[in-house]
Amino acid sequence: MKPFSYERVTSPAEAAAAVARTPGARFIAGGTNLLDLMKLEIETPAHLVDVNGIGLDRIEPTPEGGLRIGALVRNTDLAADATVRRDYGVLSRALLAGASGQLRNKATTAGNLLQRTRCPYFYDTNQPCNKRKPGSGCSAIGGYSRPLAIIGSSDACIATNPSDMAVALRALDATVETVQADGTTRTIAIADFHVLPGKTPHIETALKAGELITAVTLPKPLGGTHIYHKVRDRASYAFAIVSVAGVIQPAGQGRIALGGVAPRPWRVEAAEGDLPKGAKAVSARLLAGAKPTADNAFKVSLVERTIGAVLAEVKGKA
Amino acid sequence: MATFPELELSRRGILASGAATVAVSGLPQDDAQAAPSQTVKPVSTARVSFTVNGTPQKLELDTRTTLLDALREHLQLTGTKKGCDQGQCGACTVIVDGRRINSCLSLAVMHEGDSITTVEGLGTPDKLHPMQAAFIRHDGYQCGYCTPGQICSAVAVLDEIKANIPSHVSADLNTPARLSGDELRERMSGNICRCGAYSNIIEAISDVAGGAA
Repeated sequence: MKPFSYERVTSPAEAAAAVARTPGARFIAGGTNLLDLMKLEIETPAHLVDVNGIGLDRIEPTPEGGLRIGALVRNTDLAADATVRRDYGVLSRALLAGASGQLRNKATTAGNLLQRTRCPYFYDTNQPCNKRKPGSGCSAIGGYSRPLAIIGSSDACIATNPSDMAVALRALDATVETVQADGTTRTIAIADFHVLPGKTPHIETALKAGELITAVTLPKPLGGTHIYHKVRDRASYAFAIVSVAGVIQPAGQGRIALGGVAPRPWRVEAAEGDLPKGAKAVSARLLAGAKPTADNAFKVSLVERTIGAVLAEVKGKA
Repeated sequence: MATFPELELSRRGILASGAATVAVSGLPQDDAQAAPSQTVKPVSTARVSFTVNGTPQKLELDTRTTLLDALREHLQLTGTKKGCDQGQCGACTVIVDGRRINSCLSLAVMHEGDSITTVEGLGTPDKLHPMQAAFIRHDGYQCGYCTPGQICSAVAVLDEIKANIPSHVSADLNTPARLSGDELRERMSGNICRCGAYSNIIEAISDVAGGAA
């Protein structure tokens, strides 16, 4: 690991200012992804600003009837929150399907949104990777691409976003709140938060340098049946091959977002009108324009079948 | 000579990985030559105070020191084990302020004021923690390397169920978390046992919890 200096801060504004004034500085919260990448020298911050002392660890109702989740709320606490369990079950389910108990106890809401891909070539510093070293090439294209993206990828990168939580937040139309070093705050729709790789796969989010996530806000509850169905290589503690976050209403309409198939949570609102027609119709529209590799072409039919499983589960619960 | 498909496959795998190693070892020469001229950033240190197994500790550490290395190398509490050092195996599990975490994925300097419990703090050879005694009774290990992490994790798992924290296999999010073999297996999935003592580990935890798995 490269040496770094370290400071603790006590407010969001102080945190953003500290990162802005120190070259090579990064925020650290739970640290479960950042520290792992620092050990491999994939991330090499010169300075860490520890944001664990700045508050932002509460879940509160909003005046609009929704829920405001502080950036530092741990994954365990968010999944276990009574309101989230009752009104946003898909979010609890997605969180509980991710990582291990130990990691969820440390991982934060904001950190989960910012976790980096698990593409094996991103992790292997001996191999070219445009995300890790811009312009060096993509080893995954033509390499081992079974776990990687089938849609939204580019000629420069076919990595997937590994988050389960973000897939549920996309289905719920969450909003990300931030603060910048000059004190300006803004909100970013979850649909715009993660950006597609294009020619710049090292840029993964809409955040500006030094911008700090302060909260994630959920709109008022949607009702319906909430399901998060994750397909993976073992029954627990593994990243998704394909996952489906579904919020389905009694009449059959609803929302569907996919994980494990794209560089960001994948949702196509226009496809959701086809939900009453069944999994095949929705899947075809969701994955229109998909460019799978020979290794991961199976994901196209797996998406259809996983959506089918979600819709069958909804019927079973009705 | 008879050939076995499995052997053939693994030989090919070895050959392939060998070739890859040769190929990449030729790559970073530019970096190696450039290295001496690079400015080396001096090591940063920071002070941290926390409590380990009831004893207050004050340390000044290289900021890079993980909680795991602080416990093992600076406080000589070697019960906590380093397995993968990347959050995949759970051998380094300790309990911080009542919550189990991977001590390998946490910087020691980030634990100012925290209360840390390691396997040494759960029981002693003369007075074992009930979970330690149950692991012995049920043969919940073979080599024992993962055991301190398994035991810390298991103690915290029972508290998580009591605190009504749900899991991936909980059938209903809106009824209190229940104890079952499926629940324990899911909740313990962050602790890998290379010897495969899993079924006995679940027996031991169930015994302490007072229910059958």
